[in-house]
Amino acid sequence: MLLLTCPHCGPRDEREFVYGGPSAAKRPDDAGGISEEAWIEHLTVPPNPVGAVAEHWWHARGCGEWIEVSRDTATHDLGGTGG
Amino acid sequence: MRRHSIFALARNALTGHRNWPEAWRSPPLRDSYDVIVVGAGGHGLATAYYLAKNHGARSVAVLDRGALGTGNVGRNTVTVRSNYLRDESIPFYVKSVELYGGLTKELNFNLMHSKRGMVDVIQTYPKLRDIRRRMYAMHLHGSTYRPMDVAEIRRRIPPLTGGGADSRLPIVGGMFHPDAAVNRHDAVAWGFARAADALGVEIHQNVPVKSLLRGSDGTIRGVETAQGTVRAGKVGLAVSGHTTTLAETAGLRLPLRTFNLAAFVSEPVKPLIDVVVNCPDIGCYLSQSDKGELVVGGAPDLGQSFRRDIKQTVFEDAVAAMLELFPSFKRLKLLRQWGGHLDIAHDASPIVSGTDVPGLFVTAGWWGGYKAIPAGGLAFAHLVATGQPHPLIEPYSIRRFRRLEFIFESGTTVVA
Repeated sequence: MLLLTCPHCGPRDEREFVYGGPSAAKRPDDAGGISEEAWIEHLTVPPNPVGAVAEHWWHARGCGEWIEVSRDTATHDLGGTGG
Repeated sequence: MRRHSIFALARNALTGHRNWPEAWRSPPLRDSYDVIVVGAGGHGLATAYYLAKNHGARSVAVLDRGALGTGNVGRNTVTVRSNYLRDESIPFYVKSVELYGGLTKELNFNLMHSKRGMVDVIQTYPKLRDIRRRMYAMHLHGSTYRPMDVAEIRRRIPPLTGGGADSRLPIVGGMFHPDAAVNRHDAVAWGFARAADALGVEIHQNVPVKSLLRGSDGTIRGVETAQGTVRAGKVGLAVSGHTTTLAETAGLRLPLRTFNLAAFVSEPVKPLIDVVVNCPDIGCYLSQSDKGELVVGGAPDLGQSFRRDIKQTVFEDAVAAMLELFPSFKRLKLLRQWGGHLDIAHDASPIVSGTDVPGLFVTAGWWGGYKAIPAGGLAFAHLVATGQPHPLIEPYSIRRFRRLEFIFESGTTVVA
């Protein structure tokens, strides 16, 4: 079970949250200049590390805030929780 | 290979079962093979078997970082079915279910295959419409699916006493899939391993592959293992969950994310349910094993995960869902839980494909890949041996992502 830290409510049980998906990869700076292949790779190839991933959680059964969380995919260790 | 038979059993009984031969050899690791298959799970072993049997490959090594059959082939809920939605998927799973039916004889190993059928218990009208659409699609491709009314569902599944008219989600109907079966997962891994070994395939357990080797021209040259370099002109990855981890060592990025899917079993009880029961609206499915344990699965853990346990919240959700429909099960003790990590593509369809690295092939994205083992192995072996996709897996090329031609499959997860 994860203990996610909401900026308003403090550390709260994972069950109060709804998983909101991985944070989107950074959009290419030069959107018009990059190749079609690079665009498609940006859209279809997500990071899949054995380690920290950035993801969104929605405090749906709490204050309603969206937070971004860094979670380790191998250990569930949390870091960098914040609004 | 010494064949298993009633005579072999009698002969060995006379000598106190002390003279059974080893099921497969453990030869020393050579430094070069024609083909290396990474991963001695269901797909890896089936691929090696069909490479040797159908394509005459004689120099094949299957490498695994641990013991054979302890990955996802030992971490599933053994359900074999073909109730999928897409034209690209159904023929593949129909073939796989058909192959499973003949595997006990072909491998000379008892898979304890039990074609008992599966009942979908439906509690919402959108889901009912969805599976009715699936039924018509399946009928086009020779699979079996027929509507089942609530009275018949309750007759077939006596402990299903929840979901009445006053409940949160009353049961509104269902579907029966007669082709569905369960069997013994260890026997699938051991049967393919033994049969592949008999055809000359070398199985190397506890040989972790650390990275893939590429030549200066970019082609695959082999793998770097904990026991040194092993060279091969062709490498097939069948390492569910860790496909991206290994492919990235060859500079290859794949459109896959890794998730944890878990299950648990109850204490054994007398025969109670003789079909596989799937309850997609509340998120739980179960069947009763030959030992009498109820084998229960729930929804996946939603965030990416490489873990092989079950998260407490996921576990409690599955139990709560089960008790909503099977209230009498609250007195059952739960004995064991387990999880596996598997990778899934954006469209929930598998990737069985060559790659940008010449000589490197991947079979991945199997979400519920247990049912796909025979056809997946057959088709992947064809791809590795000939370089051409087998007709069954032609749609599963990695090129579909480059063209954004996804095959969105809602039949992939039981609890979808």
